[in-house]
Parts: sequence; structure tokens; C-alpha cells
Amino acid sequence: MAGMAGANGECQNRAVLDQWHPLGAIDEAEPNVVHVTRLLGESISFAVTPEGRSAVWRTRGDLAAGMPVDPESVAGTLPSRCEFLYVWTSLGDPPERSFDIPEFFEPDRRNFNACTIGLRTSAPRAVENFLDMGHFPFVHDGLLGSEPRTEVVDYNVHVDGDTNEVWATECQFWQPAASATATEGQMVDYVYRIMQPYSILLYKSCPAAPERMDLIGLFVQATSEEHCRGHMFLSLIDDESSIGHIRRFVQTIFAQDVPIIENQNPKRLPLDPQAETPIRSDRASILYRRWLSDLGVTYAVIPAA
Amino acid sequence: MIKLYDYVLSVNCYKQRLLLSILDVPYESIPVDFYPGWEHKSEAFKKINPLGHIPVIDDDGYILWDAHAILVYLAAKYDPSGQWYPSGDPERVGETASWMLFAEGTTNTASAARLCVNLEYDFDLEACQAGAHRLFRVLDEHLWFQERRGLDWVCSGAHPTIADLALFPDVILSEEGGISRMDYPALRRWTDRFRRIPGFVTMPGIFPASPG
Repeated sequence: MAGMAGANGECQNRAVLDQWHPLGAIDEAEPNVVHVTRLLGESISFAVTPEGRSAVWRTRGDLAAGMPVDPESVAGTLPSRCEFLYVWTSLGDPPERSFDIPEFFEPDRRNFNACTIGLRTSAPRAVENFLDMGHFPFVHDGLLGSEPRTEVVDYNVHVDGDTNEVWATECQFWQPAASATATEGQMVDYVYRIMQPYSILLYKSCPAAPERMDLIGLFVQATSEEHCRGHMFLSLIDDESSIGHIRRFVQTIFAQDVPIIENQNPKRLPLDPQAETPIRSDRASILYRRWLSDLGVTYAVIPAA
Repeated sequence: MIKLYDYVLSVNCYKQRLLLSILDVPYESIPVDFYPGWEHKSEAFKKINPLGHIPVIDDDGYILWDAHAILVYLAAKYDPSGQWYPSGDPERVGETASWMLFAEGTTNTASAARLCVNLEYDFDLEACQAGAHRLFRVLDEHLWFQERRGLDWVCSGAHPTIADLALFPDVILSEEGGISRMDYPALRRWTDRFRRIPGFVTMPGIFPASPG
């Protein structure tokens, strides 16, 4: 079955259209200027005010990329919000609130976009790679893992009954350089949380504050069924490292993942449990795929028969 | 010590890190916030390189920019074997220069396609990809004939040159720009040989050669 896309590749999948989708980091968008990007197979434009309010609209000829614009004067706009560092929009009827990140508002956190990188694969393939610990020693050797310490210790997965979010808890992995500040190897605690079909957060042991967690998010913008942009969200307790140093660390990790993610075929994520053979450490991705099916997601995936 | 104005995901900076590692020359990497800071376009950086691009080296006050020019300088100065830039052999110098110019083409097509895909540079992606395939076809055929002559590298002689080094990163990262190497078997064998050169280092997106 072909994916849920119209003749021009635009998304027709209600479950995806009604979500909030990220378009770009607020800080990286020059204010009062038209920015053009793609979302769900369509060309989408946006602009932000210097105060951080946004307007988003389907791209049209009178407002070309780079033109000056007062975002608040644009007519015929789509729903939009500036939240958690990014401009978000929806091509359907989005919920009033998308998801919450209470930690984001703690005064001692440093919140910033580490990078936005285009990927030649589907959004859920990118999310699933982010969710996988098994590849750490092989792809991120010397940083997030190291042979022979390759074991993924058993962890728990569940769907939260109130928020309908996927959680993987009590994850642990031995990491030689778990963060930009790490000086020695350590057993690191991980909690994964999938809030939306294409948005995932990782809560990770924080070296600077052992009782708290650093947050690393991957908010994926599905530009088409088989292409996406990954926005790497950071909310850290770290007053030592420069932002540049942390960005280099995260960008290195991200770039190591690129050839792995892009070589997974098919590019759309198969949701049929028989399609790809999981192992015990894949319990989180098994639940993720089932949850996508239950939500009725058919875009950027290969639905179960 | 040599200072290298550097960005971890830049192929042209990686070319310098590769040669410095292979020649075992110590250097200090000065990180430039290429993305998202666009620091190389800042007024402060343009005082170092008015063209606003990286890499740049500062070798004890001697400043040089342009990736392939820096390779020539580093090899001429720091390779006592005289093999990486074979200045004693006019024919091989000519071949090295020719393939270095060819590498400008792979940088402007294959590596430009990578910038389009990863960082949304406003280039014509399809034109970059088509241009890269045209050059890869020529290079693959050349390397196939070299192999028939018992030669492992793009220039004649038994030793690789900075021309191989200038080409390798553009080729090995081409898939990030949507350029498959499936149809270029001699090119693929050459990338395997290259990764076994003593002192070889990777960058994110490149894996070491498999053992054996």
C-alpha cells in the first residue's frame, strides 16, 4: 500500500495533520523576514516578531523567502505557537496543548537548539533511532558506548493512561563520555518519553546535579514521507561548558547517526510486527510502532496490513 | 604550534585533520561555530579570512586559507618523505595539480549536495547530484585503469598524494547528499584502501575500514 499522501505528496492522514509540528528554532529565524520550509509535503512559510510571536501560512507568491514582513499583518494564517524554542504549526485541527515540559521553566536550566539537520529518511525512523540504545557502542564508540560493554539492560515500557505518551523507564547504559562535561565512564540512567508521533524526549542523568535530569529532545519535522529535519532540543543543568562546546558534542553524535539512519530501508517505518525482526532490547520501538498504529498514523510509515 | 580554524562537520576542515594526523604533526583545533552561529561570516572572522570560509591555518603567524592550498603547504613543509606532494617529480606534480582541481569539482557538487540536504543551503540539489555523478564516473573509470596498471592511487607511483586526500572526504560522504556509490566499484575499493593508510582518522559520518 502506498503511504497516505495525495497526488502532489501532501499529507492526507488526519492523525498527523492534527498534530503540532516544529518548523525551526525561534532564535535562528531572523525576525520580520519570510522563512520558507516544507512540512508534510507542502511548502510552508513563517515569520517571527522580535518578541517571539509567530505567523505561519501556506507559501504564496506575494510573500517570497527573504522578504520583509510584519508577521502580525499576514492574513490567512495557519495555527501557530512559539514554544520550547521552536515555531510550531498544524495543518489540521490541533489540540489546545501539545505536551508539557515543566523542567524547561526551571531558572537554572540552559535551553537551546543544538542543531537542525536534514535527513533523507522518514520522521519515525529518526525517532526510533533516537530511542535505541543498542547501537551506542558501535556508532558512538568512545562517547555513548564502547565495546565490549554492549549489553542493553532490561527496562520497562508503558503508555501513560492520562497523556497517551509512550515511556521507557529504568534504562541504563555504560557510557565512556556521556556528555560534554564527562571526564570518565559511568553507568547512565535514561528515561525516554514519546509525546507525539514524531517528537521524543530523553531524560538523562545529570553530572552537575545527581538528583535531577538533563533533557535532550528530538523534535522531527516531516518534510515529506521520506525526508525530515531533526531539531535537537537541549535543556541542561551545566553552567561550566560553553554552548559552542556542547553543540559540537551533540552535532558530532548526530552526524555519526546520519549514515546509519539513512541506510535503513524501507525509509518509511514498517508498522507490521512481522516486517522487521526485533530483539529483546527493542521493546521500546515495538511499543512505539504499535502506538503509532493505534493512533491511526499512516503517514511516513508502512501501515500494518 | 599550527592553529587550525576548524568545524567538526566540515569536509574541508577534515581534509586538514587527516593530513596532519597522517603526517603526525601536532596542531591546535580552534573551533568555529559554523552552524548555527555562522561565525565564519562574522566581521571578526573576516579579519582572519576576508573570504569568510574555513579552514584557515595559522602556522606560527603564517596565515593560509583555501582547503586545497593548505594541503599543498602542509605536505610541502611537513612531509619529509616528499611523497604526499611529490615536488621532485614534475609529472606527478602535474597529475597532483590536475586531480586537486578535479577535487574542487567534487567539493562543489558532492559536498555541496550534502550542505543542501543537511543544512538547507540554497543550491540546486539535482544539479549538484548530477554533477557529482558525472565526476564520479570519470574517477571510477580512471581508478579502474590505474588498478589494471597495478596502481592504487589517483596519481602514478606507489604512494598516495594529497590529490587522493582532497578527493576522499567528498566521495566517502556523498551519500549524505543523496549520491549513491553503488555504480562505482573501483571508487569503492579505493575508499577502502584509503581508510587503511597509517594515521587515518575518521570524522562523524565516516567509519573506519573493516578489519582484514
